[in-house]
Amino acid sequence: MQLMSIFKPKFWDYEDVAAGPFKHLFNFRRIWKQTVFLTLAVTLSPLIFMAAIDYRVSREAIDTDIQLRTARLVSNTRRSVTFFLEERKSALSYVTHDNLLEDIMSHERLADILEHLKHSFGGFTDLGAIDERGIQKAYAGPYQLEGVDYSQEQWYREVLERGSFVSDVFLGVRQTPHFVIAIRCHCPTGLPYVLRATIDTDKFNDLFAGLDVAGHGDVFIINRRGILQTASHTYGAVLDPVPLPVPPFSERSEVIDTADLDLNPTVIGYAYIEDTPFILMICKNKRELMLPWKATQLEILMFLTVSVVAILLVILWGASFLVSRIHDADQKRVATLHQVEYSNKMASIGRLAAVVAHEINNPLAVINEKAGLIKDLFLLKESYAADEKLLGLLDSIIKSVERCGAITRRLLGFARHMGGPPSIQRIEIKDVIHEVLGLLGKEASYRAIEVSVDVPDNLPGIESDLGKIQQVLINLLNNAFAAVSDGGHITVKVRKLDEYLAVAVVDDGCGIPEADRKRIFEPFFSTKTTRGGTGLGLSITYGLIKDLGGEVQVESELGQGTTFTVTLPLVRKPEKGSDNACSVGG
Amino acid sequence: MRVLLVDDEIELVSTLAERLTLRGFQVDWFAAPLDALAAVRDNPYDVAVLDVKIPKMGGLELKKEMERLQPKLRFIFMTGHGSLEDFEAGVDEAGAGFYLVKPVNIEVLTEKIRQLSAEEGNHP
Repeated sequence: MQLMSIFKPKFWDYEDVAAGPFKHLFNFRRIWKQTVFLTLAVTLSPLIFMAAIDYRVSREAIDTDIQLRTARLVSNTRRSVTFFLEERKSALSYVTHDNLLEDIMSHERLADILEHLKHSFGGFTDLGAIDERGIQKAYAGPYQLEGVDYSQEQWYREVLERGSFVSDVFLGVRQTPHFVIAIRCHCPTGLPYVLRATIDTDKFNDLFAGLDVAGHGDVFIINRRGILQTASHTYGAVLDPVPLPVPPFSERSEVIDTADLDLNPTVIGYAYIEDTPFILMICKNKRELMLPWKATQLEILMFLTVSVVAILLVILWGASFLVSRIHDADQKRVATLHQVEYSNKMASIGRLAAVVAHEINNPLAVINEKAGLIKDLFLLKESYAADEKLLGLLDSIIKSVERCGAITRRLLGFARHMGGPPSIQRIEIKDVIHEVLGLLGKEASYRAIEVSVDVPDNLPGIESDLGKIQQVLINLLNNAFAAVSDGGHITVKVRKLDEYLAVAVVDDGCGIPEADRKRIFEPFFSTKTTRGGTGLGLSITYGLIKDLGGEVQVESELGQGTTFTVTLPLVRKPEKGSDNACSVGG
Repeated sequence: MRVLLVDDEIELVSTLAERLTLRGFQVDWFAAPLDALAAVRDNPYDVAVLDVKIPKMGGLELKKEMERLQPKLRFIFMTGHGSLEDFEAGVDEAGAGFYLVKPVNIEVLTEKIRQLSAEEGNHP
């Protein structure tokens, strides 16, 4: 089946006009459409439905997974940051407990302690001790800050009030980002003093550097006004404002789905860090996170597309194939119907011919005898016997009667073979050809068509149905007569090929165009419709030849002529289902 | 030589009888098979020329009846219906020697009658 015929099978535009309006059993287009749509519905719906469900479920699963992973990462990182700050607060607290107030308030000792802290914990830049009046009594670090009065500073009041304090990040005099941790202590007299340390934010960055965040993730800290406390590789440097809304307060780690300024879908996990102005933020590009899922979905989609196309092709092919088979069978049915009708018609013609021949035969016999008697009487009388004109007239009557007799005999012979059950007999093909040419001889002579017969003398007889062979030859010769112009040539050739006889009817007529050659054996295909052709002759001929177990071939060249070659078996083979054939034909 | 002609077509059989008479045969003709049988009962004939299809009694049946009456009688059949081959089969079955298809050629008929008589050796 060619590719196009899958989409548009040959029955699509086929209209069997000859079959008549009531002989169609099937609407092939409707059967085809029903088959295709029904099969497509039952095969494709589950496939597409499953694919859609998979899409939804897997998307929800990956969303949940992203949220959980982000929440876990936020919790872990928050714990690290909290631990970092608590560790430093504890270190300062340890210093106050391990040293006498006088030691803490002495510059040398404080410098020693700072060295130890730097060495043990890292991140400490300077260290200062401030008395209950807010005056920095001792200071160890890169600047000369002893004697500075912090009593009016907000952070100093806050640390006295709450016991500890962690500041926002600021650049300060050194222009490096850092922040302050301060804790409140009490001297033996009960008066409070404050130990204050500056912490380098590099330590924070070290903390985040070790994190492996999927989806081009960004980990940073902002304060509650949305200012970056650590550098972010997406949103800028330290102390830049973040172009994201400050997330609402929550005691727990939270994850939200949002979009950044470029409207990229973004997953943000955040956590407020207790007792500090810090909010830990982890931003992930959702598109990046979804990439593996999208790749899988693309594969599924491709598989789905290929499956749908394959199913579509198979269904179209299957439907076209099956409906074409039904169509072919139906065409055969219609053709058989035509043939039965034709056989009945021929049987009727045969009966009619027999009756006519018989009815004519009797008066003909009387004319024959009467004329014969007159001739006899004339011959007896001398006066008449010498009258050549009278005898000539009588001979003419007798000859005409003989001619009529020959015609009625031929008609009876024809009638005997029409429509009856097959009668197999031994046939000399040469005799049959001459007999048939006898019927057509008049037309040949009127039109000056030269008909020659080329039959070798030593041909064996064949076992076949004489009536059918006669019909085949009559039809083929009629065709040849129609094809040649007046004065044309027709040759009937017979050759023996192994177990077959090949009978060829060759004409030098108009020929058959190649496009028509494939269709000439179809019922009701005719190029002579305007001249009374029924289009049945060759299809019936084809059927008859098949009945005889033979084959027919046609060779033709436009303007050069046509050769029909009928191959007939010498011995008739028993045919399958011949009993049925007989009962149908009868 | 006596010849019996039987055919339901009077015009045909009478004319044929006359023509045979002209050719020297002694001819009786009948259109009804029963009349013909009666004649056979009373008179000896050499050859009977019968139509195959005679009303009331078929030609072949008539032949059997006549054979019963005159076993030496020989027969020629004439037919105006059916093909030669079909008829031939039927005649063979009945054991008849000759058959002719209408319209018959008088010379052929004469020849056949003479031939049959010669076989019997009754007449030259």
